Amino acid sequence: MKELTDCRRPFAEALEQLALSNPRVVAVTNDSIGSSNITGFRKRFTDRFVNVGIAEQNLIGVSAGLANAGKIPYVCGASCFLTGRSLEQVKVDLGYGRANVKLCGMSSGLAYGPLGATHHSLEDLAWTRVIPNLTVIVPADASETAQAVRAAADIDGPVFLRVSRMPTPPVHPEGYAFRAGRAVTLREGSDVTLIANGIMVSRALEAAGLLAAKGISARVLNLSTLCPMDRQAILDAAGRTGAIVTVEEHSVYGGLGGAVAELVVTHRPVPMRILGIPGVFAPTGAPSWVLEHFRLTPQGICEAAQSVLSGRECDEAEARSRH
Amino acid sequence: MGHPGSDLSSADILSVLYFAILRIDPRNPAAPDRDRFIMSKGHSSGSLYAALAAKGFFPLEELDTYMQPLSALNGHPDRNKVPGVEACTGSLGHGLPIGAGAALAARMDHASWLTYVLTGDGELQEGSNWEAAMAASHYGLDNLTVIVDRNRLQQGDGTEDAMRLEPLAEKWRAFGWAVAEVDGHCHAALIEVFRRLPLQSGKPNCIIARTQKGKGVSFMEDRVEWHHRVPSDQQLADALRELEAAL
Repeated sequence: MKELTDCRRPFAEALEQLALSNPRVVAVTNDSIGSSNITGFRKRFTDRFVNVGIAEQNLIGVSAGLANAGKIPYVCGASCFLTGRSLEQVKVDLGYGRANVKLCGMSSGLAYGPLGATHHSLEDLAWTRVIPNLTVIVPADASETAQAVRAAADIDGPVFLRVSRMPTPPVHPEGYAFRAGRAVTLREGSDVTLIANGIMVSRALEAAGLLAAKGISARVLNLSTLCPMDRQAILDAAGRTGAIVTVEEHSVYGGLGGAVAELVVTHRPVPMRILGIPGVFAPTGAPSWVLEHFRLTPQGICEAAQSVLSGRECDEAEARSRH
Repeated sequence: MGHPGSDLSSADILSVLYFAILRIDPRNPAAPDRDRFIMSKGHSSGSLYAALAAKGFFPLEELDTYMQPLSALNGHPDRNKVPGVEACTGSLGHGLPIGAGAALAARMDHASWLTYVLTGDGELQEGSNWEAAMAASHYGLDNLTVIVDRNRLQQGDGTEDAMRLEPLAEKWRAFGWAVAEVDGHCHAALIEVFRRLPLQSGKPNCIIARTQKGKGVSFMEDRVEWHHRVPSDQQLADALRELEAAL
């Protein structure tokens, strides 16, 4: 059994290490201190820690001002509020203004499943992906989260880092080196490609195992950088395997599936299934229960791959449960 | 021509800041220790560009490209296109949060440069300003100054009819700011108050500058319709004649 990790731990460790070596790094938050796991940062770097209170518009503006004066702010808040509550500031102050701010969307996706739709963050990729100049990264495990924290500092411009808190197993081989903008093939395959990011990568890998038992060879691609997207890796996968299933902890609209579909439909059209939350407010429940509810499980992914390979169109029942 | 009424209400404030107060060098517009001026009411880009060009940030002739295709001089200023512009504004309520962040950065670095933000008065209806007002006071940012261009008119109506701002000075004081009220067209009064900063140690500064929209052009003064309107050739000639006669 592989060890499961809440990615906020490697996030916080990496941020503190980074702050030790880079004096420009500061942390800014909308009072999300415990939930972002930055209590340690505050203790260690008191004079490089800013709490603006529960005020997300000001949170982004203050961070832009800090960045324009030479700081590298890591802005920590629950992803649902960090993006949605301040989206126009993210567009104007960070994207348009090209401010060197690192947005850290904590407890993203369904992490707050029991708290209800106000706290689910199932729109954040659609909202951020459309903003020019913004790099969007969705790490899949502890190692990738820590590396993405460091990589963000080397990107001269705004970054949205979507951090999970759902316990996640390692999905990368020992010694894996994350590079922003590069997708990584975690499993070779020739019949279908499963493209996922975040916590769905481990489920896609499990699905590939189930498919292998049925004689279906599935490639698995971790598309951890959603913007800018590794177009070549996706087009290669489309060309080599001829079918794609995308899997995300997000609405089926506007996120990973949308990004992949926009690319392949214009360059190398192949049959696709887009798995995610099917355009509804998700019901309340533990994250794993909600994922199960929408069949975002290894078994559900496996069935979608079989469906896309069968050559039939998404039937009504499948469409209703998916999108 | 974009927002002539707003340009003219802020022109005196900008003249004083750019030619008597701000420690800036047009030959080195990104100097780390420069004072920061953020034009939060980005629709007054006309007066901002005129001040920047007159100061030498770019050639005066470039003003002729204002809002033309592919010009750097957008209707609302872009910090990545125009030297001397500190923030992308045009969407209201962005300047003060950014200014608070700049002032915090100066504080962290024990630096002596100052941050100034010019807001409209109608703009203060945006809640983000009050989030920033709370934070600036909480952090005791006496290196931050907001100047309110109090011309009492916004796009569609008088400010007090659209959404009442008064008692405005009391609001700022209640948020923990030190407040001064001045005639926003009197250079001597403006210089005097800027030289007194900080008004009170440990508190951010608010200067409410009483102004007239369309100041200096008889047919524009205090007229809400000149918030955003393009003058005819004849009106432009008349306006310029009046302004030049006043010099």
